[in-house]
Amino acid sequence: MSTFFLFSAAFLACVVEMVEALTIILATGITRGWRSTIIGASLAVTLLAVIIVLFGATTATLIPIDLLRLVVGGFLLVFGLQWLRKAILRASGLKALHDEELIFSKQVSTLGQVSPSGQGVIDWVGFTVAFKGVFLEGLEVVFIVVTFGASSSAGAGTEGVMVASAGALAAFVLVAVVGLLVHRPLAQVPENTMKFAVGLMLAAFGTFWAGEGAGVEWPLADATILVLLAVYSVFAFAAVALLKRSAQRALATA
Amino acid sequence: MRVLYSFGAFWWDFLVGDAWEVAAGVVVTLAAVMLLVTVTPAAAELTGPLVVLAVIVLMGVSLAREASHR
Repeated sequence: MSTFFLFSAAFLACVVEMVEALTIILATGITRGWRSTIIGASLAVTLLAVIIVLFGATTATLIPIDLLRLVVGGFLLVFGLQWLRKAILRASGLKALHDEELIFSKQVSTLGQVSPSGQGVIDWVGFTVAFKGVFLEGLEVVFIVVTFGASSSAGAGTEGVMVASAGALAAFVLVAVVGLLVHRPLAQVPENTMKFAVGLMLAAFGTFWAGEGAGVEWPLADATILVLLAVYSVFAFAAVALLKRSAQRALATA
Repeated sequence: MRVLYSFGAFWWDFLVGDAWEVAAGVVVTLAAVMLLVTVTPAAAELTGPLVVLAVIVLMGVSLAREASHR
């Protein structure tokens, strides 16, 4: 692999992983608040940096990626489905629109972490989702940089890794700029619509990662996430329509 | 003790919520896929649609159960 091709391959592969991480950050930040999301994402990046500094290129073989995919993917899938389920029930009129905040404030209250003004409180939901999503995607970026760099002919040993790292850095800058540009317009989307979309995305990402971790070979690789998103969207909209109709029928016969 | 209980309750509510059947179904599905792929590695490409189908069935059953309770 020449220097140009190594840079381009690492750049494109890292863009895919970083867009996935950005999607989770944006979805979590808009629905659960930016403070906890940014803290979670920053902690994940810091932890990754510490691991890389400590273990260098051996990081790629140190952490069992399939186990991590299974655990993080399973977690996101379960959490995403819970969120989607509630959003479907709300959209069909079977659940009140704002009960999520009430339930969540009760949860935090039981942990004794609510200050009277609500300021300075960590949203553990936002924090955990952002942390796990960014940590897993970040680790995949590390794998790409190490494997692409080590297997290239652009330079022996660390030189190849440096070129691949430059590709990853360029991808990070591009994705970060896109994230800064789109986060404000996205914040204007109605709350339940956004939660519906976030539930769909988390379920799609979760299915993909957990499946990979369990041993599934997705035929379209990362593009499978888009297919999963489409399939779950069709199901969710059909479920809303069916539940609405059954609720109206129940009202008519009452 | 109370802190431990609160911590456990938080994670239970966070992951399982009011639809335990969805969480349990996902765990069973992933375990079944792992077993299937381990026993029959050639099935790895075919198990993806099965996972998606299982998720849709789980959600359908859970939503129908919720609707019937209202």
